[in-house]
Amino acid sequence: MKAVSTIEGRAIPLGLKNVDTDVIIPAHWLKTISREGLGKGAFETIRAAPGNPFDVEDFANAPILIAGDNFGCGSSREHAAWAMLDMGLTAVIAPSFSDIFAGNAFKNGILAVELPQEQVDRLLEVAKDQPVTIDLENQVVTTPFQDRFEFEIDPFRKRCLLEGLDEIGLTLGSESAITTHEHMRQGSMPWLDKPKRREAA
Amino acid sequence: MASTPRTLYEKIWDQHVVEQRDDGTCLLYIDRHLVHEVTSPQAFEALRLTGRSVRRPDLTLAVPDHNLPTTPRLAADGSRLPIADAQSAAQLAALERNAPAFGIDYIDAVAAEQGIVHVVGPEQGFSLPGATIVCGDSHTAAHGGVGALAFGIGTSEVEHVLATQTLQLRRSKSMEVRVDGDLGPGVTPKDLILHIIGVIGTAGGTGYVIEYRGKVFEQMSVEGRLTVCNMSIEGGARAGLIAPDDTVFAYLKGRPYAPQGEDWERAVTWWRSLATDEGARFDKSVAIDAAGVEPTVSWGTSPEDVVAVGGVVPAPDSFADPSKQEAVRKSLEYMGLEPGTPIEDIAVENIFIGSCTNSRIEDLRAAAEVLKGRTKAANVRWAIAVPGSGLVKRQAEAEGLDQIFTDAGFEWREPGCSACLAMNPDKVPPGERCASTSNRNFVGRQGPGARTHLVSPAMAAAAAVTGRLADVRKLAPCQAASG
Repeated sequence: MKAVSTIEGRAIPLGLKNVDTDVIIPAHWLKTISREGLGKGAFETIRAAPGNPFDVEDFANAPILIAGDNFGCGSSREHAAWAMLDMGLTAVIAPSFSDIFAGNAFKNGILAVELPQEQVDRLLEVAKDQPVTIDLENQVVTTPFQDRFEFEIDPFRKRCLLEGLDEIGLTLGSESAITTHEHMRQGSMPWLDKPKRREAA
Repeated sequence: MASTPRTLYEKIWDQHVVEQRDDGTCLLYIDRHLVHEVTSPQAFEALRLTGRSVRRPDLTLAVPDHNLPTTPRLAADGSRLPIADAQSAAQLAALERNAPAFGIDYIDAVAAEQGIVHVVGPEQGFSLPGATIVCGDSHTAAHGGVGALAFGIGTSEVEHVLATQTLQLRRSKSMEVRVDGDLGPGVTPKDLILHIIGVIGTAGGTGYVIEYRGKVFEQMSVEGRLTVCNMSIEGGARAGLIAPDDTVFAYLKGRPYAPQGEDWERAVTWWRSLATDEGARFDKSVAIDAAGVEPTVSWGTSPEDVVAVGGVVPAPDSFADPSKQEAVRKSLEYMGLEPGTPIEDIAVENIFIGSCTNSRIEDLRAAAEVLKGRTKAANVRWAIAVPGSGLVKRQAEAEGLDQIFTDAGFEWREPGCSACLAMNPDKVPPGERCASTSNRNFVGRQGPGARTHLVSPAMAAAAAVTGRLADVRKLAPCQAASG
């Protein structure tokens, strides 16, 4: 994973609530076996409407998206995170995120910043003509107008993001603990091991 | 040893913690990993690029479902018919190649056991009580119906599980959804879960694992429980589960991957000990009276947009939250609906009976009972019944259900995800409505511009014969709830 520290730039003021991952990337784009090139299909249904915020020239290549409650709900498709990355988005600010999307965003180095609705409303206003800055180290979102909104982030995720850590590599560092657990499990719950398919009785 | 009373979720969680870090993150062991073609190719590719192998191929099972067309798969001479869509074909071929290359059991597209991954897992006895089960699909929550802790994961997590058989997670909060009383005639588990989502909201379960408790679930069949748990994610909860009991044990016994002999006896003893202890604390509790649940229909583009079939399309102003008002306005525009329209006046052109939510044998029986001796209305253009697996299909055919469906004007299909998501050839045309037994009514979910109304199998059948959303109770004498 690429290390992330500060994200600064224009923020697309989408504002919508319950943006599901079918909206972020419709299913017909999911037939790929690659992670690349999904930006073309990102937010397809929203972008089909004239005057949508993605069409505004100022927001071309904006690194930040501002949305409403429950962003990324629905399908677990990581293609949603890949599509956003491919269109240049590296952070989303919203009052809440679905659990699965938040995880997928993190694994791809996309910052999912949770702020209270009134602060999100303020940012939606500011973002129309001003940039927004997200400082991960200090866990704060700022604007050119002295707005200063602190946010919480899981300390493990923060460290991984700041250091660009490979999570699988980290876990493999615990391999002996995994093996110990497997031995324990084999003794106490042998039925969980090596399930063998056989004809139904 | 005296210990603090724990919930079912906490007991399963604690049993699977490999390591807890100082910051509260746990390394959780995964007992069962289900793999399908859409969310796995990038994970297998990453394993190749990093030179990593699959740690426990024996705990992993792969089956194709999302992309597969539901039209016949074999030619008259027994050869496999090609898949017309080149991208779908490539994705399916990748799974067919990756599974054996990494030593994983693979159920191929023409095997009798092939089906939707969440139908196959319990049906094969691969999904077990007390196990941690993951799959790159949010409806993995379904397996909570057998008392497993089951949840959907993204592709990076699929790769993580393949490589390490663990996940880095923090424990979720716990929510109790208690439903006591009895469901009325014609009210099914699908109606109940739609009703529950209407009560808690589509984000109500975010950060929680739901345990469904109370008499209604104790009396519910395993298939009904799978339907309820399946849609936990539509209430925002990554997992939903029900304490395993004799109903579950009877369902699993003798299934191909289920434990046998002495292992079976030991397993059942363990499974019985998993039920939530007296006095265990939930972070949030919701109580629902079963008697108040009606056959339920969705009217909008979020699964929380539900109403009893006797109700009307709501007005945006009837919601307190201004952002919800705006969302409702957009939803109604997309759905082509006017506030105040009685639900039963809404005509439908398409009927879909299938998906991981409602494609099991009880679902097909419930729909067939309504369809028997009737035919679809003239305005219903397209009606399909898609069994959840080849084994469900075979069972339905043995009971003559296929004949009832085809006599009623339905197409009888091969198993797969079908029209639940617009990824294979089964799609709902733009601007048309579909009474659908699937789980999501999102914008474009069943095809660009498609308008989805989520219903139970019996209600989908009622919609087919009347040509509009209809109260199944007015059509036929209703028997015990199923589906």
